[in-house]
Amino acid sequence: MTLLPLIAKGATLRRRGKVLIGPVDLRLEGQGITAVIGPNGAGKTSLLKMLHGIVRLNGGSVTWNCPMAEAQERQAFVFQQPVMMRRSVLDNVAYPLRLIGVSRGEARARAMDWVERIGLSAAAERSATVLSGGERQKLALARALIRKPEVLFLDEPCASLDGRATREIEALLQEAAADGTRLVMSTHNLGQATRLATEIILVARGQIQEHQPAAAFFAGPNTDEGRAFLRGDIIE
Amino acid sequence: MSELWEGIAQAFWLVVTLDSDLVEITLRSLRVTLTALVVASLIALPLAAVLAVRRFRLRRATIAVLNALMGLPPVVVGLVVYILLSRSGPFGVFGLLFTPTAMIIAQVIIIVPLIASIAHQSLRELWSDYHDLLISLHTTQAQRIKTLLWDGRRALLTAALAGFGRAIGEVGAIMVVGGNIDHHTRVLTTAIALETGKGAFALALGLGFVLIGLAVAVNLCIHWLGQTERTGRW
Amino acid sequence: MKHLLLSVVVALTLHTPAWAEAMKLAVTTSFHNSGLAEILLPEIKRDLGFEVQLLVVGTGQAIRLGEAGDVDAILVHSRAAEVSFLASGHGTHRREIMYNDFVFVGPKTDVAGVKTAQNAQDALSKIANAEAVFVSRGDDSGTHKKELSLWEDAGLDPERFGRWYRAVGAGMGAALNTAAALDAYIMADRASWLNFGNTGDLALLYAGDPDLFNQYAYVPVNAERHSHVKTSLVDQLENWLISDKAKGLIDDYQINGETLFVFNAKR
Repeated sequence: MTLLPLIAKGATLRRRGKVLIGPVDLRLEGQGITAVIGPNGAGKTSLLKMLHGIVRLNGGSVTWNCPMAEAQERQAFVFQQPVMMRRSVLDNVAYPLRLIGVSRGEARARAMDWVERIGLSAAAERSATVLSGGERQKLALARALIRKPEVLFLDEPCASLDGRATREIEALLQEAAADGTRLVMSTHNLGQATRLATEIILVARGQIQEHQPAAAFFAGPNTDEGRAFLRGDIIE
Repeated sequence: MSELWEGIAQAFWLVVTLDSDLVEITLRSLRVTLTALVVASLIALPLAAVLAVRRFRLRRATIAVLNALMGLPPVVVGLVVYILLSRSGPFGVFGLLFTPTAMIIAQVIIIVPLIASIAHQSLRELWSDYHDLLISLHTTQAQRIKTLLWDGRRALLTAALAGFGRAIGEVGAIMVVGGNIDHHTRVLTTAIALETGKGAFALALGLGFVLIGLAVAVNLCIHWLGQTERTGRW
Repeated sequence: MKHLLLSVVVALTLHTPAWAEAMKLAVTTSFHNSGLAEILLPEIKRDLGFEVQLLVVGTGQAIRLGEAGDVDAILVHSRAAEVSFLASGHGTHRREIMYNDFVFVGPKTDVAGVKTAQNAQDALSKIANAEAVFVSRGDDSGTHKKELSLWEDAGLDPERFGRWYRAVGAGMGAALNTAAALDAYIMADRASWLNFGNTGDLALLYAGDPDLFNQYAYVPVNAERHSHVKTSLVDQLENWLISDKAKGLIDDYQINGETLFVFNAKR
């Protein structure tokens, strides 16, 4: 059974009476990379967490094409500030495999492949907590991809990274997409959205303003917010 | 003041001549306290992890009680254990009073709250660090507890060492439940109390220095064990 | 190396030596401080083949231990307490073994003039009249009970004494330490005094009144009350304690050339 489509119906998230995001009505399917764009504080992170299912909804629903417990196992999330577990780089990457009962030897062998792919083999046995920002993002990405998720959410994966690290991350993301992983990533970097995205979701003021193919969005947004955002205006 | 120097000299002689009574008492101290430490850690560390990870109704109350019990006067613990283990008490049939086992039980009761409290402090921090990742990875409660205990092992070692320090230097409770029987339940601290009672201050001090040396040695050993694993990496 | 260390810990933790057969005997601090136990116990072990584990406590606690059945027998020196212990059925019988005596210890300067006392009552009266600092055990031990009965004989009531009377609530050794620090008078058993290491400016000032004799008695705990009592070992120990061998060891025991105990068991 496929994991997608993902369907959100009237999904709402509130914190202390204030709406963070929603009501969201959304259908996500097919292949490619969806970029969630919008100004700071618009609710991008909340939208990703809501779809990933790690926050309790205050209303509405988010459903996958399979039972929820199974859906949880087939997706992954990379946080804006990735959590570095207090163990070696290799053991960090191997951790998700250990959780599903893969033996330590096999988990570490498979993790080593990933560590080599992200160029950290020299640091494999070093503590993950001493890595630089870019290395942390790559580690988090490898850790998220090692269970071959069908859907991967990423929250600002390249925020505060230098050009070289950004390029490396983007290459990894495109490889993952080519391998068939559906990516949903938030970004405030319009350039990144144009380079990567096949689909755009524009969020502003806790609402989805636009949801359409990237080419169509960049050719001409349907809403005032979309046009303002593309012009580089400040949206409240 | 001269007694201090005599004490140091006594300690020195006791150690270099490997005084057989000293060796016996020291080994018994170690045996009782290390056993108590292992048992207490097996109780306290998982408890601390559960308190960090799970949100249940009596959680706050449990934490408050643990913190309060940290200051439990050992002699009160000793008295309660004594009454429970006495032949006329509820567990009298086991005949445990005035045995090393009774001393271990008392020490476990004294150090479980201490170890659990300190461990909980550090595991709570670790959990707030790991929370998002472990939720996202859809971990079970058991996996979360296991992960926290493993990744927090250094902080937990510190908690266990605090427990060891309190247990090895404790005299009030084990005097009451152990009875300070020669060749049976006499340990370093009760021997010190006994020699002080005889006015043999130098010998008492000598034993005291041996006790301090033992505590330092165990601490160094345990730290060294923890370090050889991955030297200075974090 | 690491594994060696770990295995040492494991061995220490798991290793439980098999205890040879043993009985538990509650004795008073004053008896233990005399050092006589260290002479008798190895001989007992050699002759009888079992270990006697001593619980060194005050008479009050020794009686409680016997009542609860936590020891197999008691060896104490407070006749009134022993008799009531027997009367309430906790013990089988009372066997007098030996006696030693109490002494009055105080500052060498002897401000109260205890050295010239006629008898024990007189010595206490002198201390009370001078209101010289006096340290009392205050722990319901045999020695404490003896002291209280002597005050009573002298027609005095410690309850009404002023601040010069200090009840420390501690064992003989701790009380002697306190007396040495305060330069105070104190009543001690002779053995504890002679074995005491930290005498400071204290000296033995008065002794010898038959009222100060201190009778030790052996009381087995009643096996009808506590079935786990090791009656056979208890009986063997009693027979040993009243043997000629014990008589010799007790009568010959000396500290600094002074005899401490007089064997007086009736056989």
